[in-house]
Amino acid sequence: MSAHSVTEPTRLSKSIAAVLVAVYALITLLPLLWIISTGFKSGPDSISYPPKVVFAPSLEGYVNLFTTRTRIGAEQFAALPPPETWYDRIVRQSGTVIAGQSRFGERFLNSVIIGFGSTFLSIFLGTLAAYAFSRFRVPLKDDLLFFILSTRMMPPIAVAIPIYLMYRELGLSDTHLGMILLYTAVNISLAVWLLKGFIDEIPREYEEAALIDGYTRFQAFRKVVLPQAATGIASTAIFCLIFAWNEYAFAVLLTSGNAQTAPPFIPTIIGVGGQDWPAVAAGATLFLLPVMIFTILLRKHLLRGITFGAVRK
Amino acid sequence: MAEIVIRNLRKEFGAFTAVQGSSFTIADGEFFMLLGPSGCGKTTTLRMIAGLELPTSGEILIDGEDVSQRPASQRDIAMVFQMFALYPHMTVRRNISYPLVSQGLPRAQVQAKVAEVARILGISDILDKSVGGLSGGDRQRVALGRAIVRNPKAFMMDEPLGALDAEFREHMAEELRALHDRMRATTVYVTHDQLEAMQMGDKIVVMNHGVVEQFGTPQQIYDHPASLFVADFIGSPAMNFLAFHGAVQAGETEVDLGGVRLALPEVQEAASPRDLVLGVRPEHVTLSDSAPYRGRILASEYLGTTQIITLDCPHGRVKARAPSGQGVRSGETVGLSFRAETLALFDAASGRALRTAANRGVHHG
Repeated sequence: MSAHSVTEPTRLSKSIAAVLVAVYALITLLPLLWIISTGFKSGPDSISYPPKVVFAPSLEGYVNLFTTRTRIGAEQFAALPPPETWYDRIVRQSGTVIAGQSRFGERFLNSVIIGFGSTFLSIFLGTLAAYAFSRFRVPLKDDLLFFILSTRMMPPIAVAIPIYLMYRELGLSDTHLGMILLYTAVNISLAVWLLKGFIDEIPREYEEAALIDGYTRFQAFRKVVLPQAATGIASTAIFCLIFAWNEYAFAVLLTSGNAQTAPPFIPTIIGVGGQDWPAVAAGATLFLLPVMIFTILLRKHLLRGITFGAVRK
Repeated sequence: MAEIVIRNLRKEFGAFTAVQGSSFTIADGEFFMLLGPSGCGKTTTLRMIAGLELPTSGEILIDGEDVSQRPASQRDIAMVFQMFALYPHMTVRRNISYPLVSQGLPRAQVQAKVAEVARILGISDILDKSVGGLSGGDRQRVALGRAIVRNPKAFMMDEPLGALDAEFREHMAEELRALHDRMRATTVYVTHDQLEAMQMGDKIVVMNHGVVEQFGTPQQIYDHPASLFVADFIGSPAMNFLAFHGAVQAGETEVDLGGVRLALPEVQEAASPRDLVLGVRPEHVTLSDSAPYRGRILASEYLGTTQIITLDCPHGRVKARAPSGQGVRSGETVGLSFRAETLALFDAASGRALRTAANRGVHHG
């Protein structure tokens, strides 16, 4: 094209846009970068003023995250055999010895079980319900859909006390199942509504073709509708997982020993002689990873999901 | 292949009646058109035959068996959808083989059948492409392939040419008809395009507001419309209507239009004085100076070999199809003569054609 068209942005506007995006990205990513870098600082570096941007990296935070340590007398300390492992060595540098494993691994695993479990359940139930709402003449359909949505109209924590009492009565307090059910209950309205929108967009003819080709309704759903709803399912799953993964209030209230997830655990990491910021930052960094990986894996779908229906293919 | 019999078929959606009491028979091997404007119930009728909707009442017999309450998967019919509905996540080959896979046919046999169908339709070279990038015509062929691969009892086609552009449509219509003639498969075809219906169909059912208006061959429907609706819907331009008030006796061969007596086929039922409509197709109107029935020329449209002349007459506007060489001048008053044996007489209130010697044996809905 000789002259640039009206819709094609000029070079100047492109550069301005690039700068704006870069600045915005920096602002949003800065706290994240700060947390990640703090995870690799030594204890004194993490609280030094002015804050250190350049520092000698250390794995102290990560070692502290996974261990409990104790301070022993100077004589005993001197009498210890030389450290056997790299993490022993790191711990000794601050004049302490490893006393045992911390509970972080366990809490992290709980988060994985509860987060992914409730996401799976929300998507499973949500897809079936959304399909039924989308395709069948369900009596009182609009009222039911409104009812499902209305469960999200108040902050979930408003019902914390009834749920607490109910869970205690049912023996669901501090159990994985209890937390999975709770997060599923919160997420399912989102899942049904989002997925219904996606399934509505899939022309019925595809299933009808499958029905006529000799498949049952369920086979048509599984082999024709599901593959086409993959985009919607993926983006809905991300939203559900992010909620369940980050949920804090119910986790504090309903879990303690057995099924505690990582969010209520991380702030309680206390080092010997004060808050152990590198360990907290290390915990937060590790905690970010699963959702980040999950989102990156599904990001193509997510992007298509968010802009779904905007452009007719 | 099979005969399909429809008896008193009725479909209600809540308070709305989409199809009310249709009855007709589709003979084995027939290319059968369901024709009507949108919302007339033709697609609902097709979907009931296919099993995608269950009728509220009535019977559907395929091959003598009542299937009206059976699901689509058990009726052994195939369907081509308007938007083709090819499975978007599969290749052409998988699309075509999908109905066979559901029957649990061995792989080798499936591959052989797909190859054969692809050869018939001339799509062997695109079998391993994804359906996303195909042209409209190729999509259409793949959809046909998926339908014929199984040798079903009958084919249902829901405006299969509707999504194609005009130029290609003509070509596909010929291809479809040729395919049908080769396979002799009972085919039910829904369209709102009267030309398509006339061009391709062995039989046509014309529907309006959920009611079958007429059922017959294209020629019967064109020449002897059973109602004002059919007369108006079929033909381009449509049949001319001359409205008048009068009475007819059985055995009469003329009607009186404002003092001019016009010959028509012998009327076989009497009608007391009422509003009547005389129907005449444009090609049966000739301009002649000697004719007593007069009209004033309003305009003429040139169509190549013919022209359409619009005239203002005492009983309504008339369009006449005349050779394009015939010189006409707007504003001129001329005489019109009608070919008597082609005229139809309708009751204006009910819209029904009165029985005459010409339209005996025409099926009302």
